[in-house]
Amino acid sequence: MNMQHRILATVAAAGFAIAFAAPAFAQLAEQEPPPHLQWSFSGPFGQYDQAQLQRGFKIYREVCSNCHSLNLIAFRNLAEPGGPGFSEAQVKKIASEYKIKALNDKGEPIERPGRPADHFPPPFPNDLAAKAMFGVAPPDMSTLAKARTYQRGFPWFVFDIFTQYQEEGPDYIAAILKGYKQPPKGFHLPPDGHYNEYFPGHNIAMPPPLTAGQVKYTDGSPETMDQYSKDIAAFLMWASEPHLDARKRIGFQVMVFLIVLSGLLYFTKKKVWHDVEHPREVVHGQDPAKTTI
Amino acid sequence: MSGHATYQPKNKALQWFEKRLPLGGLIYSSFVSYPTPRNLNYWWTFGGILSFMLAVQIITGVVLAMHYTPNTALAFDSVEGIMRDVNYGWLLRYVHANGASMFFLAAYLHMFRGMYYGSYKEPREVLWILGVILLLLMIATGFMGYVLVWGQMSFWAATVITNLFSAIPGVGHAIVTWLWGGYAVGNPTLNRFFSLHYLLPFVIAGVVVLHVWALHVAGQNNPSGIEPKSAKDTVPFTPYATIKDGFGIMVFCIVFAWFVFYIPNYLGHADNYIPANPAVTPSEIVPEWYYLPFYAILRSIPNKLLGVIALFSSIAILAFLPWLDTSKVRSARYRPVYRQFFWLFVATCIMLGWLGSKPPEGIYVILARIFTFYYFAYFLVILPLLGVFERTKPLPNSIAESVLGAKA
Repeated sequence: MNMQHRILATVAAAGFAIAFAAPAFAQLAEQEPPPHLQWSFSGPFGQYDQAQLQRGFKIYREVCSNCHSLNLIAFRNLAEPGGPGFSEAQVKKIASEYKIKALNDKGEPIERPGRPADHFPPPFPNDLAAKAMFGVAPPDMSTLAKARTYQRGFPWFVFDIFTQYQEEGPDYIAAILKGYKQPPKGFHLPPDGHYNEYFPGHNIAMPPPLTAGQVKYTDGSPETMDQYSKDIAAFLMWASEPHLDARKRIGFQVMVFLIVLSGLLYFTKKKVWHDVEHPREVVHGQDPAKTTI
Repeated sequence: MSGHATYQPKNKALQWFEKRLPLGGLIYSSFVSYPTPRNLNYWWTFGGILSFMLAVQIITGVVLAMHYTPNTALAFDSVEGIMRDVNYGWLLRYVHANGASMFFLAAYLHMFRGMYYGSYKEPREVLWILGVILLLLMIATGFMGYVLVWGQMSFWAATVITNLFSAIPGVGHAIVTWLWGGYAVGNPTLNRFFSLHYLLPFVIAGVVVLHVWALHVAGQNNPSGIEPKSAKDTVPFTPYATIKDGFGIMVFCIVFAWFVFYIPNYLGHADNYIPANPAVTPSEIVPEWYYLPFYAILRSIPNKLLGVIALFSSIAILAFLPWLDTSKVRSARYRPVYRQFFWLFVATCIMLGWLGSKPPEGIYVILARIFTFYYFAYFLVILPLLGVFERTKPLPNSIAESVLGAKA
């Protein structure tokens, strides 16, 4: 066995051992994994779908923002490249529809219309106020799509490296929005809880936030739960990772560059090493002990 | 370092400088004329890859530090500010975060290579021990860097790891309070971690210089494990090793870029995108992947103090490897029995890594104990005995013969 085979064998042996042991732990993973959805931003050439981000923003604005803050996002971000693609004028108008707490020249607290540089104002003055309302403070949504995931388990976590599966967050968020069900018989649900198939432990504080037809779309997209949950999850992914488009675009350029350069270096190396690896004397059948480089 | 006296620059100004400080001669003798064994394989490119990664981490880290704020109220948002508002900040941060993983990946492969070919044996013991010190410094640096993000996993990893010191009898709690700079992980902790995270890479760079110096004194080991005997056994570093290392680094960069651009959060933990909250404990606290084998060893021991001792011993034992391995033969190529135990050891490290990511309950604990036992038995029982009982294969007469003999 040469080295490569041994490495393969070692990795395979470790893999088998894990696979063999995995069923024994099945009881630990009682949670149903969220279904894999199709995302425009998945894979090496993935990019956000502007129309989808705009629809998702509409849902955030009309529904989510009543309870969830989006502290890290500024109105100006909505017009930046790789985002929902609103025009500067549209962003000015959107911002002006929000009330921002500020101080006037005399130092008195006032509320003024928002400007593109302002961040989205939070729905509650502080976490305690939010907690008092729901028992649990609704999480800020700025990084939510990267802060939520689910156990992939063996061997999927190995395949994910090669398939570039990075959409656990949006898949999970979309699944939660559609995962409200009647609790199964014998499930003890506290009075202020809600049963959700995909929430760890199944008892979620958030009441079902969306119903079909609740948000009006102007681009003719279906006003269904399937569409809503995907659109808001995509919007939240953009909020978490606003430079994904640039990352994947530059990534491809970098990959092409590295692969070409590696190829050139490989052949240069072959050329440089040729006489060492194939000394002329040995090639011509002389005794290797008498060869010189 | 050979060839030192032979270097003579052609340029008059350089000659003037060389007389006063023979810097050119040092570089020439270290990276141009330095003789390297002609039979080095690609596992020997990881030294160059590691130097490259250290440079990448320092350069990206220095720029990131210009935009980062080490304050518990601002740290998380400042990292997000880098991701959102700093030009190419997302690239800098993803390169730095994934760069740490790549750095450890390369270091582990570099060490396994050293173990497979017996590179730690006489006369390279100091070289090897310097490498173990580098690993310790990397572990400390990586851990503190992870805390700087100040997400949930940062905070709780800091709490768990610093608490390990509380296991020390008598003074444990006093030491932990001293480490924290308070009675819990807080702003003083974050501040000192930032300071040390900036300092330690330069300490690493210093030890790397010693490591390379020790390497150039003893010369490189090689896959045959026998010393070069004549000029036929070696080739000059430039162009042979430079072009080969260059190619190795570039292929490594492809893997690196794959993570940075396509799956930048694969190796991270989702909870670290939640700001640190001392009032909420995450459902599971796991370290970064490169600490998982050590974490599994820690948790496989039911007693906290003994667990901590096992954790530190698992790293410290590496420093004694040159004397624990009693075999006179270096390379596993000529050690058929050692080879089997070596690959079993590699599999053990992988399994411990996987078990470190699992909750410490049921079968996981039993498996972790079995593999922890093998980890220590490998060093303390198998290696000392193998040197006595193993029948090794005959060694080739020279490196040239080991390469050309097979081909001719």
